[in-house]
Amino acid sequence: MSSGKTRTTALPWGPMARMAGRRLLAAVPVLLVVTFAVFAVAAASPFDPARAYAGAGGPGTGQDVLDQLRHNLGADRPFAVRWWDWLTGALTGDLGVSTTLRQPVADAIGARIGWSVLLSGTAFAAAVLVGTALGVLAARRRGGLLDRAVTSLAYVLEAAPPFWLGLLAVWFFALKAGALPAGGLTDTGSDTVTAGQVASHLVLPAAVLAVTQLPWFVLYVRQGVGDALDEDPVRGARARGLAPRTVLLGHALRSGLLPVLTLIGSRVPELITGALLVETVFSWPGIASATVDAATNVDFPLLAALTVLATAAVLLGNLLSDLLYGLADPRVGFDG
Amino acid sequence: MADLAPPARRLPTGAISAALVAATVLAVVLVPLFVPLDEQAVDLGSKLRPPSWSHPFGTDEVGRDLLLRSVYGLRVSLLVGAVAALVATVIGTAVGALAGALGGWADRVVMRVVDLFSSVPHLLLGIFVVAMFRPGVGPVIASIAVTHWLSTARIVRAEMLSLRSRPFVDAAVSGGSSRLRIAVRHLLPGVLPQAGLAAVLMVPHAIWHESALSFLGLGLPTHQASLGNMVQAARGSLLAGDWWPTLFPGLFIIVPTLAVAALAAAWRERLSPRRRSELTL
Repeated sequence: MSSGKTRTTALPWGPMARMAGRRLLAAVPVLLVVTFAVFAVAAASPFDPARAYAGAGGPGTGQDVLDQLRHNLGADRPFAVRWWDWLTGALTGDLGVSTTLRQPVADAIGARIGWSVLLSGTAFAAAVLVGTALGVLAARRRGGLLDRAVTSLAYVLEAAPPFWLGLLAVWFFALKAGALPAGGLTDTGSDTVTAGQVASHLVLPAAVLAVTQLPWFVLYVRQGVGDALDEDPVRGARARGLAPRTVLLGHALRSGLLPVLTLIGSRVPELITGALLVETVFSWPGIASATVDAATNVDFPLLAALTVLATAAVLLGNLLSDLLYGLADPRVGFDG
Repeated sequence: MADLAPPARRLPTGAISAALVAATVLAVVLVPLFVPLDEQAVDLGSKLRPPSWSHPFGTDEVGRDLLLRSVYGLRVSLLVGAVAALVATVIGTAVGALAGALGGWADRVVMRVVDLFSSVPHLLLGIFVVAMFRPGVGPVIASIAVTHWLSTARIVRAEMLSLRSRPFVDAAVSGGSSRLRIAVRHLLPGVLPQAGLAAVLMVPHAIWHESALSFLGLGLPTHQASLGNMVQAARGSLLAGDWWPTLFPGLFIIVPTLAVAALAAAWRERLSPRRRSELTL
């Protein structure tokens, strides 16, 4: 950005580290309360761990067997005790056993989280790039034809349910055009996961997830850059006769775009919401589609772990956002 | 540059969106009075017909008219959404009013709880609640209510705090009114219009949430076909290449959502014309 001169300003590592430390400390009680609430809600619900464990044979299982199971699982004890056991287990990496996947929760998450990160990361990067480009284009002439087209599209996409967009994308790109696979990670019948297969199966779900995240970026970038174009320094630059291109890229983007881009960390909840729906539509073998399966089959151990994991991701995103914001705008600092 | 541009010719967005919202409400109220929906009626002779004059939205996999079913689906979604938005607004107003009226440490504790709730992704928290209490309409409404009261609580609290410092409240305090009386007589009436607007704006969100849950198979029971259930049920025909059973229920979610948002924007613009809304249809 700084033309010609090389500026080497050291990052304020000390304040940033202290802020990160404070936030991590503050995250501990939040996660404790969330896990406790999860166990409390489960205890208040009609859900019975013994029946869930007995599985499909549940209705036919005798009462004495269920009682024995309940005792073995520790489900006959108060939920606060079960919560404490779970918590101490979780600290040693033992998150319990998933009743639907019949494997340790930690293993199930470990096997799937990479695919979710790949999908969400790709989609998010695409949304940031395309959203920024469209937002800047729209901001250049607010009220113009392009601006109105882009903003209207953004509002329509914002209102459209992601699963519906995903299904229509499957219909059009996979069925009508036949250009892309409709779902899954690999072609049916092939057992080995190759990079090429994954890439071709990634395009459609990542594009749909990106489109669901796009409206926010477009509207915020448009607002930020548009407002920056009306600020005095930018007017001054224009008055000095600088080329419109220089004014836009060198002046307006710096003050208008940077604050918006720092906020991307706070988009983690929306990204998770989108991933839950998009992974389900495309049978993507990630953690979000596992969440939906876990919910359908009331797989409490998996559901509890995933809820906590998502909360931790949200808190981490907020921290990232605040750190970047403090860097972009030194007036804000790292006191939060 | 931007301020010299001639004002864009604008459609009467407010009128159009008001008409759309009115048409939506009238349709879901009146159509069931005149055209009853027979759930059992199947017409296998005319299954999966594409849109035509006799069936503008086409027919579904057992030959039922999709326009009629979409109206009924919208009715279910709207009803669930409205009830859920009402419950969420009552919770949000109560919590926000409590924090705003008491202030001090009570305010800090309440706002911490609000922050806590907002650090769990909405749909995930909703999925957890319905998973534990499934099936039925009640869990779906509860799931929407527990995830949607946060913004109302924030709005009501902020409004209460600003009202608290007004002269008429000082007058009431020096006149010897009790805290409760001030809260109920002087503060609450001031925040109710805001809460009401928030409730109306929440209905599309609630519909969105309900249809997402129903699509995931975690929402309303299939015999209460909401728009989300319809999209879910259409997956088979979509994979066979028939797009209309998926497309039209989705449009029935989008159009009322945009109409409500545009109406609210027009309303706000009317209240403060200087802040022109960006939402032009």
